[in-house]
Amino acid sequence: MTAAVFFGCAFIAFGPAFSLFIFTIAKDPLRVIILIAGAFFWLVSLLLSSLVWFIAMKATNAQDLNLQKGLLIFGCMFSVILQEVFRFGYYRLLRKANEGLAAISEEESSPISVREMAYVAGLGFGIMSGAFSMINTLSDSLGPGTVGMFGDSQYYFITSALMTLALTLLHTFWGVVFFDGCERKRWWVIVAVLCLHLVVSGLSLLNPLYVGSVPPVYVIMLLMAVWAFFSSGGSLHNLSLLWTCRKSNAETSS
Amino acid sequence: SVTTRDLKKITLDVNSNSVAQKIYVEVNNTVPCVRLLNATHQIGCQSSISGDTGVIHVLESEADLEWPLTKGPNPPYMILLESHLFTRSIMMKIKKESSRIAGVTVVVPNTSPSEFSPHTTCPNENTGVYSDTYGPHLAHCNTTVWNPLGNGLSYEEFDFPVFSLKEDKQCYYDHNRVVNGSAPQYPLCAMQLFSHMFAVTDTATCMRRNDVINFSINPEMVCDPLGDFNVWGSIRPYNRSQLGHRDNESVVMAAARLDSRAFFWDVSTGAEGSISGFVTLLAAAHALRDVTQVAPPTHNILFAFFQGEAFDYIGSSRMVYDMQNGKFVIDLDNVHSLLEIGQVGLRNGSDLFLHSDPVSRMNDTVNDQVREHERYRCSLIHRHHRLVDNFQSSPLPPSSLQRFLRAQNIPGIVLADHRAAFNNKYYESYYDNADNLNLRYPPNMTAEEQLEFLTDTAMALTEVATVVARALYKQAGGDGTQVDNIKADSKTVTQMLFGFLVQANNSWFQALIPPELKDMLSDPPDFYVGVASSSPAKAKPLTRLVQFLLANLTGTATNLTQDQCQKPDDLPDESVQMYSYLWVQGTVPHNGTEKGPFCVRASVRLSQALSPAFDLGEYASRNYSTWTESRWKFIKARIFLVASRDLEMLTLGVGVAVLFSSLLVTYFISTKADVLFSSAREPASAAY
Repeated sequence: MTAAVFFGCAFIAFGPAFSLFIFTIAKDPLRVIILIAGAFFWLVSLLLSSLVWFIAMKATNAQDLNLQKGLLIFGCMFSVILQEVFRFGYYRLLRKANEGLAAISEEESSPISVREMAYVAGLGFGIMSGAFSMINTLSDSLGPGTVGMFGDSQYYFITSALMTLALTLLHTFWGVVFFDGCERKRWWVIVAVLCLHLVVSGLSLLNPLYVGSVPPVYVIMLLMAVWAFFSSGGSLHNLSLLWTCRKSNAETSS
Repeated sequence: SVTTRDLKKITLDVNSNSVAQKIYVEVNNTVPCVRLLNATHQIGCQSSISGDTGVIHVLESEADLEWPLTKGPNPPYMILLESHLFTRSIMMKIKKESSRIAGVTVVVPNTSPSEFSPHTTCPNENTGVYSDTYGPHLAHCNTTVWNPLGNGLSYEEFDFPVFSLKEDKQCYYDHNRVVNGSAPQYPLCAMQLFSHMFAVTDTATCMRRNDVINFSINPEMVCDPLGDFNVWGSIRPYNRSQLGHRDNESVVMAAARLDSRAFFWDVSTGAEGSISGFVTLLAAAHALRDVTQVAPPTHNILFAFFQGEAFDYIGSSRMVYDMQNGKFVIDLDNVHSLLEIGQVGLRNGSDLFLHSDPVSRMNDTVNDQVREHERYRCSLIHRHHRLVDNFQSSPLPPSSLQRFLRAQNIPGIVLADHRAAFNNKYYESYYDNADNLNLRYPPNMTAEEQLEFLTDTAMALTEVATVVARALYKQAGGDGTQVDNIKADSKTVTQMLFGFLVQANNSWFQALIPPELKDMLSDPPDFYVGVASSSPAKAKPLTRLVQFLLANLTGTATNLTQDQCQKPDDLPDESVQMYSYLWVQGTVPHNGTEKGPFCVRASVRLSQALSPAFDLGEYASRNYSTWTESRWKFIKARIFLVASRDLEMLTLGVGVAVLFSSLLVTYFISTKADVLFSSAREPASAAY
C-alpha cells in the first residue's frame, strides 16, 4: 500500500519484539544464542509440519476445495502440536545444557536460570513465528495497491500486523508458562498451553471476520500475560512494592 | 527492444504469491506506445521507472475532461478513452495538464471511426526529393497536401504512458463512479502502467551512450536503429559477387513498399498503405514469369520491395546508397526507369493515376522516357480502365522514387489510386485493415474456403497487376505480340490478401516456407519495421514471407534433395552466386499423394535496409533516416485498489505509537525486573 503502511505494519508487528530484544537480550551473548536456537527449533517444527501438509495436499485432488480447506485446518492443528512438541524438546535440551553450563562456570550455579531461558526461548519462538507470518505480507504492502479487489477487507494489512504482534507475545508467555510447568512437573500446564495455542490458531481461521479473531486473541494474550507474570516469580506484592517504591521516590525527590 | 521483444505477449507474473494475487490484476495483451528518436526529436511516450499509478477515470466526452484535469480531488488520474475520443484535441489538452494525469489508456475498438490518421499531413517531407533547392514550390506539400486527415499524434511527445488495452471497466463502475458531482469514496480503482524507455533526447545522444557501454560496469544498450531487409528479385539473375556498374546493362525497376506503422507499437497493418501495393507487384512478377521464359525482353526487370519506408525511406535510401557506392549488383546508371506501385486499393470506379516528378521532366530525355512509359500504359487500357496522366504541376507523392531522384535523374512513375490527397482515410493507423479495403467474405466460411474465395478487392487488384505486368514487359522491350498473354492470376492475389490481412497461418503460406520457420506465421500479422538485425536469418517474418513468396512466384521448383539444396555448388548446373536455393515445405494435396518439401531456385535476395546514417556514423544527418527505437526493460499494466491517505497515515501512526510504547514499557520493566520478578528461591509467601 505504500511506505506508510509498510512501516506502520512493521512497527506494529515487530515493535515489541524489537524492544524486548534490545533491552533484555542483546547485552547477554548467552541469551542471544538461546534465542536463535529457539528460533531454529521453531523453524524445524514448521518445516516438518509443512512437509506433512504439502505431501497430503499433493496426494489428494487439488480441485476439491472443501478437501483442501480441511487439509489446511488439519495441517494447522498438526503444526501447533508439533511446535509444542519441539518446545518440550527444546526444554529438555536446555536443561541438559544448563547442567553443562553450571559445570564449566566459575560459580556454583549456572549463569542463567531456567526462568530466563524460558523467556528467551519463548521469545525466540515468537520472533520466528512472527517473521514467517508477516514478512511476505509486508513486502506486498510496499506496492501501490491494497487488498480488496476480490472482496477481501481493506484492513488486511493492519489486522495481519496485530495478529502477528499478539502471536509473538503469546509465544513468549507460553514459553515461560510451559517451562515452569515442566520444572514443577505440572503436566496440566502443558496441556493447557497446547489447548490455548490450538484455540488461537483456530480463531485465526475465522478470518476475514476480524471481529471474531483479533479481540479474542488479545483477550487470551492478556490472560496469558497475567499467568506468565505470576509463574515467573511475580506477585501482586511485587507490584505494590513497585508502586510504593515509585511513590517513595516521588516523595523523596519532591 | 530486441531483448524484450519476445516477452511482449507473455504476462510478467513474477510475484505469484497469494497476497499479491489478492491485490493486483495483471492486464494481458498490453500494447504500448514506445519512444522513437531521430536526429532532432524524440517522439512517443514515456513512463517513470517505477510505473505511473493513477485513479481510473472513464472519459465520457471531451467536456468530461474537466474532472481529471481540474476538478477531481484524487489526482493523479489514469484516463480511459474510447477510441472515438482518441483525437488530437483531447490528447493535447491532456498533455498540457500532465501533472495531474498518470497516463492514458485507449480501449481497443471493434469498429473503425469515420477517419483517423495519426501520421503527419505531409509524410516524409524532409527526406523526399523536394527541398529548397529542388522544386521549392512543391516542397513541404505547398501544392498538394497528401494526407489532409493526418493529426500528427504519432509524432508528438508525451511524458506519460499511453497504452491500448481491451475494455475492462467493471472495476471503474464498482468503485469510481462520480455520482452527482461528488467525489467517489475510497478505496478507489487504480491502474499502473510500466513503459519506461531508456533513450532520451535524440539519436545522436542515445548512440553515443550506446558506445560508452564498453567502459561501464553495467553495459546496457539504450536504443537500436530501425531497419530490416529489402527483398529484391530479377527476371534474369545477377551474379552476386559482381557488384557495381555493369556495362551495357539497363534495368527496368519495379518497386513497392512493405512496411507501415501506427501510433501504438507493433500493431500496424497498412492494408491500403502498403499491402495493396506489394501484393500487386508480387502478382505482376508472377504474371511475368512464364512470358519472360518464352520471349525474354531486352532489358532485365528488377522487382524491389523496400522496408522501412514509413520512417524517412530507410530501405530505398539504403539501396540508392549501395548503388552509389558500388555495393549493389547494379548501380544508378544501370537503371533504365522505375515504376513504383503506391496505394492502389481504393480506386474510385476504375481510375488509376500516374504520378511523375515535374522537375525532373524538365529534362527532355527524362520527359521522353516518361511519356513513352505512359503511352505504353494508355495503350493497355481495358474498356473499363482509365489511366490519368497527372503530370501538369503536381509533385510526386511520398514514394521510394523520390530517393532515387535525389541521387540521379531517373525516369519514373508512381501508380496510385488518388489524384491529389490520399483516398486512404486511415493512413499509417491501426484501422488501415481489411475493412478499409472492403475485403469481405460471405458468412459461415471456414478459413480454407475463405483462402480460396475470390473477393472483389482481389479482382480489382488483379486488374492493376495485369496492367503493371504488361507495362513492365513493354517497357523492358518485350515482344509486343506476347503482351495480351500476360494476365495476373486472381487466385494468387486473393490468397495473398487473405494471408496478409486475415490469417497468416494458412495452408498456402505454410507450403511456401521452410520447415524450420513454420511457427513464424503469427496472427495478427504485423508490418512495423522494427529494429535492425544483422543477419538475414533474423529478418522480420513479413520480410521473409515476401522473400519466399517472390521465390515461389518467380522461381522454379527443382528436383534437388535437401542436402543438395543447402550445398548446390557441388552440382554442375547450379550456382549459389546466381540464385538462391530455398528448401520449402510444399503442400500435401487432398488426394493423399504427398508432395512434400522441395527445393526452389529463384533469383531472389535480401539486401540490408539499414539507414546509411548509421554506417557513416552521421547520427544527426539531415539526408538520411536517423530513426531509432528506444529499449526498455518491461512493459506491463496492472489494476488494483488504492486506499485513502487517511488509512495509511492511521496505520503509520498506530505503528509508531506501538513501537514507542513498547520501547518505554520494556525499558521500564527491564530496569525494575529485580523487583517485579523476585527470585524463585525465595518463598512466595514471605511477607514484607
